[in-house]
Amino acid sequence: MAELTYLEAGREALAQTMRADPAVWALGEDLGRGGVFGQYRGLAEEFGPERIADTPISEACIMGAAVGAAMMGTRPVVEMRFSDFALCAVDELVNQAAKARFMFGGQTRVPLVARQPIGMWRSSAAQHSQSLESWYTHIPGLVVITPATPADNFSLLIAAIRCDDPVVYMEHKDLWPLTGAVDVDGHDDFDPVEEIGKARIVREGSDVTVVTWSAMVHEAMKAADQVKADGPAVEVIDLRTLWPWDQETVLASVRKTGRLLVVHESVQVGGFGAEIAATVAERAFADLKAPVRRLGAPRILIGYAPTLENEVKITAKRDILPALHALMES
Amino acid sequence: MAGAGQNVDLERLKLLHLTMARIRAFEEAALDALGRGLVLGAIHPSIGQEAVAVGVCSQLRLDDVLLSTHRGHGHTLAKGADPTAMMAELFGREGGTCGGKGGSMHIADFEVGMLGANGVVAANIPIAAGAAHAIKLRGEDRIVVCIFGDGAINRGPFLEGLNWARIYDLPILFVCEDNGFAATTRTEDLTAGEGPAARAESLGIPAVKVDGNNVLAVADQATDLIARIRGGEGPKLLVAETYRLTGHTGADPAAYRSDDEVAEARTRDPLLRSSAWLEEAGLDRAAIAALERGARDEIDAARKAAEAAPWPEQGAAYRDVQDIGAELRARAHG
Repeated sequence: MAELTYLEAGREALAQTMRADPAVWALGEDLGRGGVFGQYRGLAEEFGPERIADTPISEACIMGAAVGAAMMGTRPVVEMRFSDFALCAVDELVNQAAKARFMFGGQTRVPLVARQPIGMWRSSAAQHSQSLESWYTHIPGLVVITPATPADNFSLLIAAIRCDDPVVYMEHKDLWPLTGAVDVDGHDDFDPVEEIGKARIVREGSDVTVVTWSAMVHEAMKAADQVKADGPAVEVIDLRTLWPWDQETVLASVRKTGRLLVVHESVQVGGFGAEIAATVAERAFADLKAPVRRLGAPRILIGYAPTLENEVKITAKRDILPALHALMES
Repeated sequence: MAGAGQNVDLERLKLLHLTMARIRAFEEAALDALGRGLVLGAIHPSIGQEAVAVGVCSQLRLDDVLLSTHRGHGHTLAKGADPTAMMAELFGREGGTCGGKGGSMHIADFEVGMLGANGVVAANIPIAAGAAHAIKLRGEDRIVVCIFGDGAINRGPFLEGLNWARIYDLPILFVCEDNGFAATTRTEDLTAGEGPAARAESLGIPAVKVDGNNVLAVADQATDLIARIRGGEGPKLLVAETYRLTGHTGADPAAYRSDDEVAEARTRDPLLRSSAWLEEAGLDRAAIAALERGARDEIDAARKAAEAAPWPEQGAAYRDVQDIGAELRARAHG
């Protein structure tokens, strides 16, 4: 066990995977100097500039080149800096990476990882703050991973790199300094790829289920701690991966509690919470004691000033706690 | 290049002409099959452009890699793909190069190094750069050929991909198959500056122009450029000027150009030229006709086999999407 930050855990995962497999390499802007947040610091020194490749600001070509390099049998890890910038590479990700295997009749695989950090982070405004995870869950062929803890940013990044399908890997920028215990030797006795699609019950409870992911896991836990109830009332599920997502864990929890609150940082309209709510309505309606609730951002843009940015945020105190109390009373 | 046949290696010219004739026969058969409802989706014929495909791809090794376009039947055949599997793909049948999952615009044959046609203009350029990047990372002596049309040079990935190839010194031959049209509009009306060669040279990528209807000239230039790229000189661009004798798609009557223009272009048909050189080199007309008939017979057999092939079973729609999180629920069909 090691005490690592979320950022260090991702770096350790990449370093270990690169040591184990010469086919793994990373490409993106400023990687030689450690990457925009320092996620790659020290890696160019260990692995050289060929395997930690500094690229021009050419998102489309970074992603497109990764597709070509993956089809040739390498395992590229793409760094997009911000999920907002990855929009410059959507053709390459959606039309090429996600489709090549099927379109070419199974002749090839595209085992690339597209790291594209999401989330609000220190007045970064409308083009550096978005959480666009739900877009990619809609695309057949892609795996979507949203780690919430240092331990998951270690094991799930290893899983993403070892996975033969293209993976959209979305770290949350506000979590970089979060520390936690990471079992850095712990992937020898289990296959991390099997972790993809498995949710984690972060806290058990009997009266209401909260399904969430990424930074909102921590906000939901904060709210759960403050709920006034006799005994453990709130069950918090960290979905960890959005495609595939762990329907059975969610359904089993809802069947137990009878109440569901889905919380995500991204815009509520068309968010992945809608998919979860609809699935529960389709498959566990008879077990529900109250209507399903969703909490997501209002459909407005992320502003720069704190007063504007705060208006978009989902917080424990203002949003989640009242929603939990209202649900538990119904 | 009148008289070119007199100094040429007859066997080499026969092979070049035969491959062009196979491509011509394939695309004529595909157009005919389109009219009969056998080809299901759009096809983009390269009739008139065969010398580019053959001149370039005949110089490649089997383990060299090709990235092509939506107008890619000729490139794919010239790289060595099986015409029966290709025709079956156009017909959407089992046994097609992609099992009926791709159709004309997504033909690929990885066994012969053909890593895919592409339905998105210029999208193959970054992919080709990445394939070359992988080759360089592994220290192999293979090269990548990336063919695109003149319409592609106005998309961003053209700039991004050429810049990428130059800064990493990648083993890649870019081929701009310049037929003068971006879909159904004249490219010159939409393109600032001096065109693909000037744009490549501005990035430090040497560019050579060639008469793309002259298969010997294309082959000679390609031989030279490929040898230099394999020798470590980095990326090059070959601009092959040619003309598309059909419309943009099989359904396009190409009413945006005059009959005179097309008639004049027909006099520069690459197959007419190579046929004349074969005669000059001593092959008689009957032998040339027999060679071309052999190509048509091969394609006719491919067409018949494709027509007899079954549809892919519906369950195949769920396969090859992804391993993790694959949708496995078969739909009920009533």
